[in-house]
Amino acid sequence: MELTGADIFVRCLADEGVEHVFGYPGGAALHIYDALYRQDKVKHILVRHEQGAAHAADGYARATGRPGVVLVTSGPGVTNTVTGIATAYMDSIPLVVFSGQVATSLIGDDAFQEVDAVGITRPCVKHNFLVKDVRELATTIKKAFYIATTGRPGPVLVDIPKDVTAHKCEYEYPKSVTMRSYNPVLKGHPGQIKKAVDLMLAAHRPMFYTGGGVILGEASGALTDLVRLLAYPCTNTLMGLGAFPASDPLFVGMLGMHGTYEANMAMHECDVLIAIGARFDDRVTGDLEKFCPHARIVHVDIDPASISKNVPVEIPIVGGAEAVMRDMIKLIKASKKKPDKEAPAAWWKQIDQWRAMNCLDYDHDSKLIKPQYVLEKLFEITKGDAFITSDVGQHQMWAAQFYRFDKPRRWINSGGLGTMGFGLPAAMGVKMAFPKETVCCVTGEASIQMCIQELSTCKQYDLPIKIVNLNNRYMGMVRQWQEFFYDRRYSHSYMDALPDFVKLAESYGHVGMKIEKPGDVEGALKEALKMKDRLVFLDFITDQNENVYPMIAAGKGQHEMHLKPCKAVVPTDRELA
Amino acid sequence: MLLENESGALSRVAGLFSARGYNIESLTVAPTEDATLSRLTLVTSGSEDVIEQITKQLNKLVDVVKLVDLTEGPHIERELLIIKVNANGAMRDEVKRLVDIFRGRIIDVTETTYTIELTGTSDKIDAFVQAVRAAGIVEVVRSGVSGIARGEKNLRV
Repeated sequence: MELTGADIFVRCLADEGVEHVFGYPGGAALHIYDALYRQDKVKHILVRHEQGAAHAADGYARATGRPGVVLVTSGPGVTNTVTGIATAYMDSIPLVVFSGQVATSLIGDDAFQEVDAVGITRPCVKHNFLVKDVRELATTIKKAFYIATTGRPGPVLVDIPKDVTAHKCEYEYPKSVTMRSYNPVLKGHPGQIKKAVDLMLAAHRPMFYTGGGVILGEASGALTDLVRLLAYPCTNTLMGLGAFPASDPLFVGMLGMHGTYEANMAMHECDVLIAIGARFDDRVTGDLEKFCPHARIVHVDIDPASISKNVPVEIPIVGGAEAVMRDMIKLIKASKKKPDKEAPAAWWKQIDQWRAMNCLDYDHDSKLIKPQYVLEKLFEITKGDAFITSDVGQHQMWAAQFYRFDKPRRWINSGGLGTMGFGLPAAMGVKMAFPKETVCCVTGEASIQMCIQELSTCKQYDLPIKIVNLNNRYMGMVRQWQEFFYDRRYSHSYMDALPDFVKLAESYGHVGMKIEKPGDVEGALKEALKMKDRLVFLDFITDQNENVYPMIAAGKGQHEMHLKPCKAVVPTDRELA
Repeated sequence: MLLENESGALSRVAGLFSARGYNIESLTVAPTEDATLSRLTLVTSGSEDVIEQITKQLNKLVDVVKLVDLTEGPHIERELLIIKVNANGAMRDEVKRLVDIFRGRIIDVTETTYTIELTGTSDKIDAFVQAVRAAGIVEVVRSGVSGIARGEKNLRV
């Protein structure tokens, strides 16, 4: 039987196993929305702004490992998703975005709500398609999911003109697709893996540096096994938190600009660096000239272009993190050469000295609410087992530092693009996927306002997220940089006329709480988390002057960390400026 | 490189170069004997690391089927020049002689101009353009470089 393109579209999603679509209707997508109305397999979640749809699908994908799906209309519908698509692209998140397009006969005529969706999104998608013929629709959709989810994952956009959704053809969803120009490599080269293992076993000051690729490649188990087998120190990037359990003594914390002193010093001093699914981002490396000066580097990555892009490596291994690490474990177990016990013991002694600096310490006696304290309490009360989404800025760094993740896919944040407004819609996606789990959005009063409209979506779909708003009346990270590097000229980083977030939450039908004293933090969090079926907006009025420490100023080396001013052992404020 | 012969494929290649700050010196593209494939020759420059990164990034494009760096081995480069020059007075004979020396051909003639075609390496074409400059150049069309490996080596799917 022949089906319309719109019906084929919906059937494809169902056959692909898609359960949730985040979207917003409009003219060019109306045939598709009509087809959605006539079925009950695919659930559509109506957001309040298309950016919210992209972030929600993104959060869903990060939490589940399955592709997030977005459906929007042409023109402004699709341009509103661009920030969300770019966010997913930078963090390699599998997303399939479907956009309506004006009819093929109108393309190029500057028709109503026409934009060149394929052109606009080209630099921030893994691939994109314009479907010109209904007979190509099913295969294109299959390809889109295949490309988005395999290799180094990423967003794929499929632009579907309105007439294509009206035309009819026979429906058959391909079981699989092959593409001659796209064949991701999973298995690492055995010779390279052997070389890497030999180097790893001969190390005196080894270091594991692992990133989001371990989580994307479902390789947390393999990483944990490998690190524990060797008993080497392990640091995770911002994107890799949870890939190795933070409660394990082998974990030295996050590295990078706001990473721990011990992680960054160990990076600087190590003699063998084992990088897995990490991309040597500038927020990690600091000054490339000073990066890991003593290290011989092994780099495992599924994307050949990530290897030796910023830092030349000695042993590149192209392959999936899981497969390569399992091969490494086999080789190490079979190897007669056992790691030297003495050298690592000296190395650990050194690391423990760095640890003793207690670099994340803060003022526990403050009369003001310290943001770190809120996160410490959140961690305690949720027993470290909640899904935490975040926006971007100081609160994001504090969440990364103080919420110690033991499991992958629990820490959901925009690392690469640094998208303010990500946290709330991402939390919706997570909650949709895991309705019974605790989902908290750690945010600030600036970030939350960028997608605040989604509070309405949360009401409609009954998504009882807990919003932990660290309200310091500033764009905190901007203010911090202005304090350090612009001689305290706080240009446009202060927000006057903030809304009353309690009333705002209430007007959307949620619960709002304002917390102004440190003594009330714990009680408020407990009370909010007890309200299982309500979204609670916790507005914590925090210390405005708190800064994120430690810190590596942009352009400095990893060993040039700036600790808390009260106990600065390395560069002082003045030197940083 | 061999590229899927699909709309948008070329803009992905061009877009990659502009987005990542690489330079395109010349680019030629046309379908091959297999209508589903285009062949594209692109000339760029950079350190070894940069060329490696460009190669990897191009290979990542879903539309790029196969790619080789021709400069890694012996290869042939050719470029087509079509040039219209003034051909008046004594220069009329002089230009004709230069065309013969460079083994070009005059493909169109008016009372005051010659239109000349010439193929060769970019260096040879540069030299010819320089040589006829004195006659007065009316317009220049260059195809950009097309290249192929010498010997048995080939770029096929």
